Amino acid sequence: MFRNQYDSDVTVWSPQGRLHQVEYAMEAVKQGSATVGLKNKTHAVLIALKRAASELAAHQKKIIVIDEHMGLSFAGLTADARILGRFMRMECLNYKYAHKDTLPVFRLISTVGNKMQVCTQRYDKRPYGVGLLVAGYDDNGPHIYQTCPSSNYYDVKAMAIGSRSQSARTYLEKRLADFPDSSLEEIVKHGLRALRDTLPNDSELTTKNVSIALVGKDTKFKSLDERETGHYLSLIEGEERRGGGGGAPPADGPDDGPAPPGAPSDPTPAVAMDTTD
Amino acid sequence: MALVTKQILDTPIQHHFSPYSDNGGTTVAVAGPDYAIIASDTRLSAGYSIYTREQSKLFTLSETTVLGSSGCWCDILSLTRIIEARMQMYLHEHNKVMSTTSLAKMISIMMYGKRFFPYYTSTIIAGLDPEGKGCVYSYDPIGHTERANFRAGGSSGALLQALLDNQLGFKNQENVDKTPVSLEKAITVVKDAFTAAAERDIYTGDGVHLCAITKDGIKEFNFELRKD
Amino acid sequence: MFSDYSAPPMWQNGPALGKYYDFPNVSTNKISHNSTNGKQRYHTPLTTGTSVIGLVFNGGVILAADTAGYYGSMMRFNDCPRIFQVNKYTILGAGNDYADIQYLNDIIKQKILDDDLHNDGIALKPKSLHSWLTRVLYNRRSQFDPLWINAFVAGMQNGEPFLGTVDKLGTAYEDKILSFGFGTHISVPYLRQEREKNPNMTKEEAIACIKTCMDMLYVRDARSGAKYNIGVISNEGSEVQGPFESVGHWNIATHGTPGQE
Repeated sequence: MFRNQYDSDVTVWSPQGRLHQVEYAMEAVKQGSATVGLKNKTHAVLIALKRAASELAAHQKKIIVIDEHMGLSFAGLTADARILGRFMRMECLNYKYAHKDTLPVFRLISTVGNKMQVCTQRYDKRPYGVGLLVAGYDDNGPHIYQTCPSSNYYDVKAMAIGSRSQSARTYLEKRLADFPDSSLEEIVKHGLRALRDTLPNDSELTTKNVSIALVGKDTKFKSLDERETGHYLSLIEGEERRGGGGGAPPADGPDDGPAPPGAPSDPTPAVAMDTTD
Repeated sequence: MALVTKQILDTPIQHHFSPYSDNGGTTVAVAGPDYAIIASDTRLSAGYSIYTREQSKLFTLSETTVLGSSGCWCDILSLTRIIEARMQMYLHEHNKVMSTTSLAKMISIMMYGKRFFPYYTSTIIAGLDPEGKGCVYSYDPIGHTERANFRAGGSSGALLQALLDNQLGFKNQENVDKTPVSLEKAITVVKDAFTAAAERDIYTGDGVHLCAITKDGIKEFNFELRKD
Repeated sequence: MFSDYSAPPMWQNGPALGKYYDFPNVSTNKISHNSTNGKQRYHTPLTTGTSVIGLVFNGGVILAADTAGYYGSMMRFNDCPRIFQVNKYTILGAGNDYADIQYLNDIIKQKILDDDLHNDGIALKPKSLHSWLTRVLYNRRSQFDPLWINAFVAGMQNGEPFLGTVDKLGTAYEDKILSFGFGTHISVPYLRQEREKNPNMTKEEAIACIKTCMDMLYVRDARSGAKYNIGVISNEGSEVQGPFESVGHWNIATHGTPGQE
């Protein structure tokens, strides 16, 4: 699609100083279904939209438990997320085995960042095609971290990644100031509303296609079951929907799937996502 | 005189290193129709030294399983730490907590995995099986395992097994009601067993830590024992 | 710390020792405990430190050890401090082989530096250090190459005092009163008696008790020295005090009960 002479290998620079393969990997994140992460002063919440490959298939899992204090949701290649998740589990287990304590979230994220960076600098590897939202709780409180295939990672207050996630980010940015002092229930509702904004007009959030997970003070990381998810969904039911569907959708640009035909030969994918930190 | 001095100087002081130590301790477990109990004393010792009087040898592995182990304390700490790590792997892989029966098998395999450098422990697990019945599994140091209704292990294991055979198994007794004993009765028997062991075994004493496992969860009890 | 970025295999038949933990600079996973090549791999203690004693008081912990380094029965070194400040939560005391103590202390110092370099305000906690020591010492004993150390960790965690010990095998436990060496026979009975009389000792009372113990050890333990350090930790922070000096006197033989000589 974007083929040019500088994108055949991860290790090849373009004259503009870009690594096209890495940027293509960043695009893979935008193909995955959307996921939202946000936190208040005591808890971090992940909300993910699940897709089913076909009518015959079950919905793909979008949330991976890492340890009792941490978990992640992802957008992009599910298989890559699973491998990263397995790595993160082992790191936490190793740390717990030696120190009888949970691995501080930032320490794990920086290790994952180092692991992912290797793939952006070697000709015989490819970058991970997945973006993660990691929710965790440690002595410094709740955290949401975002990681990218470029191996950048960001400490964020709230974030949404995946397809059509710009609408969710718009929602989160608008309400950002409210989050720290909101109750747990309130931030779950905010997260659901943000995720709902990414949906096309004709679809709805249901207990089948939404996953909610939370972690926080005195709360171990937990993926909610259908009953609990249903409870939270009912709290935002019937609210007027904004963005996403009604009228003109926000100009998402290349965020929404494949670029229009006849795109310029030099790729113009968005660089790293805007973050709040 | 000079010869003696020379001999002494020529012989290096031999600090023999043994990777094992016997830290004593006794564990007793009983399985009932809908409960299981397991208890250990709380004395940790080596030779004639008492390290601490407050070291329980029970490890709560899940809502339905408790492990008790005595022998070489550093091996017990390592074994249980690896069991806990493996249980977390199992939980993440299969999305369910390991059952007592699965755990029983896994522990056996883990112990046999160190067949030629064994964990020097006398280990017992007690809990509820997937049907909700009480169960007790005991191990030798290299992973031999057997399901039983009651078991005593550790420094007073041999002393107490006979007592349990009599009080809970009604072995070789005529005209007795052989229905399994109630939870309350079992706790009383276990308590008596430890009181008896503390009389004769210097490695057992100070206190008893007891866990009663039922479908309603795990209840813990503490009893005092003689401290000399 | 994590040298390998690929996840190890999840399941095998039996767990290999050190599988879940890599000790720095030692390829623990590669050494088989059976392959001693007919050689004795373990060393014996050379320069040794004697007793360490630890005591929990109301709101804190004290550790004490003298600074003598013995070469067999010869008092070879005078300035071998064995109480170390680890960080604001934790102090470490150790007895037995002094070379092993220094080696281990250097590694712990590096761990603390690694912690500081993360700059996230998270520091090693006493229970974590205690647990880590059990793994290191147990791994070394499993390779028949023990670190000949009795380590004591004292600290504050979640506002509660912590006192724990690990020996060269990885045998670990916690208590309100702990000791190594001659202290086990001389100090522990005295400290247990004092704690029974006064379970909520203040810091000052506890320090007085510990100093009495060090005086007793100086006169009764042939392989002890006059100079000693005390590590005190409470919610106000941790510090290593001293060196203090015991002057040999036999008043303490009465345990403070006049008329009993």
